[in-house]
Amino acid sequence: MSPLLVVDDLRVAFPNREGALVEAVRGVSFELGRERLGVVGESGSGKSQTGRAILGLTPPQGRVTAKRLAFDGIDLLTCPPRVRRDLRGGRIGMVLQDPKYSLNPVMTIGAQIVETLHAHERVSRREARERALAMLAAVQIDRPERVYGLYPHEVSGGMGQRAMIAMMLVADPDLLIADEPTSALDVTVQLEVLRILDRLVADRGMGLIFISHDLRLVSSFCDRVLVMYAGRVVEEIAAGELSRAQHPYTQGLLSCLPRLGESRHPLPVLQRDPAWAL
Amino acid sequence: MSDAAPSWHDWLMSDRPASRRQAALGRAYSGWRTFTRNRLAMAGLAIILALILVAVLAGVLAPYSPYEGNLTTSRLLPPSWAHPFGTDDQGRDILSRIIYGSRITLFIVILVAVLAAPIGLLVGTAAGYAGGYVDAALMRVTDIFLAFPRLILALAFVAALGPGIQNAVIAIAITSWPPYARIARAETLTIRQTDYIAAVRLVGASPLRIVLRHVMPLCVPSVIVRVTLDMAGIILTAAGLGFLGLGAQPPMPEWGALIANGRNYVLDQWWVAAAPGAAIFVVSLAFNLLGDGLRDALDPKAER
Amino acid sequence: MSVGIEVRNLRVVYDGFVAVDDTSFHVAPGESFGLVGESGSGKSTILRAICGLAPVTAGEIALVGRGDRPKPGSRGFRRLVQMVFQDPYGSLHPRQTVDRILAEPLAIHRMDDAERRIEQALDEVGLGTGFRFRYPHQLSGGQRQRIAIARALILEPQVLLLDEPTSALDASVQAEVLNLLDELRRRRGLTFLMVSHDLAVVTHLCERLLVMAGGRTVETLSSEDLAARRVESPYTRTLMEASTGFRRA
Repeated sequence: MSPLLVVDDLRVAFPNREGALVEAVRGVSFELGRERLGVVGESGSGKSQTGRAILGLTPPQGRVTAKRLAFDGIDLLTCPPRVRRDLRGGRIGMVLQDPKYSLNPVMTIGAQIVETLHAHERVSRREARERALAMLAAVQIDRPERVYGLYPHEVSGGMGQRAMIAMMLVADPDLLIADEPTSALDVTVQLEVLRILDRLVADRGMGLIFISHDLRLVSSFCDRVLVMYAGRVVEEIAAGELSRAQHPYTQGLLSCLPRLGESRHPLPVLQRDPAWAL
Repeated sequence: MSDAAPSWHDWLMSDRPASRRQAALGRAYSGWRTFTRNRLAMAGLAIILALILVAVLAGVLAPYSPYEGNLTTSRLLPPSWAHPFGTDDQGRDILSRIIYGSRITLFIVILVAVLAAPIGLLVGTAAGYAGGYVDAALMRVTDIFLAFPRLILALAFVAALGPGIQNAVIAIAITSWPPYARIARAETLTIRQTDYIAAVRLVGASPLRIVLRHVMPLCVPSVIVRVTLDMAGIILTAAGLGFLGLGAQPPMPEWGALIANGRNYVLDQWWVAAAPGAAIFVVSLAFNLLGDGLRDALDPKAER
Repeated sequence: MSVGIEVRNLRVVYDGFVAVDDTSFHVAPGESFGLVGESGSGKSTILRAICGLAPVTAGEIALVGRGDRPKPGSRGFRRLVQMVFQDPYGSLHPRQTVDRILAEPLAIHRMDDAERRIEQALDEVGLGTGFRFRYPHQLSGGQRQRIAIARALILEPQVLLLDEPTSALDASVQAEVLNLLDELRRRRGLTFLMVSHDLAVVTHLCERLLVMAGGRTVETLSSEDLAARRVESPYTRTLMEASTGFRRA
């Protein structure tokens, strides 16, 4: 079976103040099947730009190039914009960090889910409503009818993020790209949302790209982890093998976090080797 | 020269300035670079610089006297090589009158900016930072001013103060500060919530110090932009007052008054009104273009 | 010489909303104390109430220890108690150079020798004088937070209020800033009152902590208790388990 997503030598460049192009993503390659892939890195590592480039959401001044960027055999770089739009939100879903910014503030949550569905499938109004309600129930919202009629500002952050997931999953995507989906949430809510996401991804057999700064969280959630530094993948590792990471950057990231029940003063600090960025 | 240029550039764009002066100059330079990228804004700036030059050198540039004409030989002459914009009903050269009129326009514009902008800035930041009753009182006064059309209010003031160019300036200044107060207040309301203002409050800075040294510098750019965009309106208001005979008094060559004069002949001797009209149009447009460019160059949020 | 902080039955009400209710704790001179909770627990409001940025509806805030103990809100109090904010991108004035940001407290309190103090403050937070004339947009998040710490320390306070000082930073930068805070506390004998949602960060820096939820105290415990998982309330237990990461059922 061919992989769901092929990314080969992906590069994203932006013009700086002087107008010269600076690469934010410098030759990222990976293949994704129906699995959970974590992409981890610190700010400026290019992890978010990688996700955005796959979705076709790179800011207009940025330039995206790749030897190959294909989703299920469709070349994303050469296909017409309309095909790409249909994929986005249809077969490729996305969940972004803060539901406050990614939900439309003047539409009810239910209407937004129904609209997503209408954009990608021909369904009757009644069926759309029923599927939206079922989807809200699937993300474990207690009273779907009530939440269906609420506006995004009327719900909490955790509820908003669940609504966002519902909206993205209603069209039954094959691939879900989640960029820091739980970073804006409290820890306890965070786990609840992850549990829902985990179950849905497993039940529906989707591919998932989970982008986050939190190495420990990602490794506990995903099957495989790409560690990015300065626009490149410095290490690819099975999530269970994290303690045996080879790259000093991955090791440094793991050891510099304070841990409960451990007293290390001072904390080990990451010594950045300029060679990592080469 | 070509060797020196890049090093100056590097010094100004340095990410690690070594002195206060270098930091300030570097910031100004990067703003200037943003500004120069906008061609239309540069055109606006060029026109305004030209206007200033013309006003300063009016005595040298004007081919004839703006006040004296020959009623017998040169009355209402159409444009020609001798009189590029023609002559008016008093036989005066219109080009010369427009050149001298630029002094009046510039005088009005500068005086209004100097009077109105600080008032608006002060009222707005004070209201926004103090909040409560002070805010309510100051903003209701502002609302009262905003409730009247500007020209009508200016007319009322001029009628009370008496016609004349100084009174026109005062009237325009009094009627043009409220929008600046509104803008400054809106900006202040967001600024006062920020942690950097909380930090200086914690250090023990007095409200006056916070408003003057920390809040106001952040409001200045948007007020400057708004003032620049308003310049066109100010010129038009001044011209309107001149047109109605309440601004500059004859024989002063104020542009609005020139149009008013040309109105009588507009059907047969169109050039009398056309040239000052074009001058007002070009200068107003230039200020608008400049304002747009400044908005991009001064916007503190655009900078990262 | 050093002072601590005592909060008794504090209640903070904003527009009818009770943000903090009946909260008491005592931070001994030289101690490091943590306030832990999720969003809306009222933990940051307590810090803001202590330094006068939030209204104290009822209860009492006082400095404890030997020597001068000025009242909250007074000039002397401001010199003894300073704060570091959460978001290093929002806590520095965008139009002021580092030099001006650091000179401002000195000018307000008419302290002499500003040149030397600014240079020393920059040295102390590990930045050196090369950063003195930069604008905040020319600094990284970690560097900004160091400047914010330098600003808080330049008046030589005894108590530092830390409002999630590392939550906006990358993990590796967080470690650097935590080490810096640790070292400064040791060197200057500072009293810390730190707010965080991250149990691991709080126990790393603090000896004792107070867990809050919904504006109220859940429990007070020592870092050793937490490390040994000797917790009483189920809420603290949930927080503790959540901080270890995701576990598939």
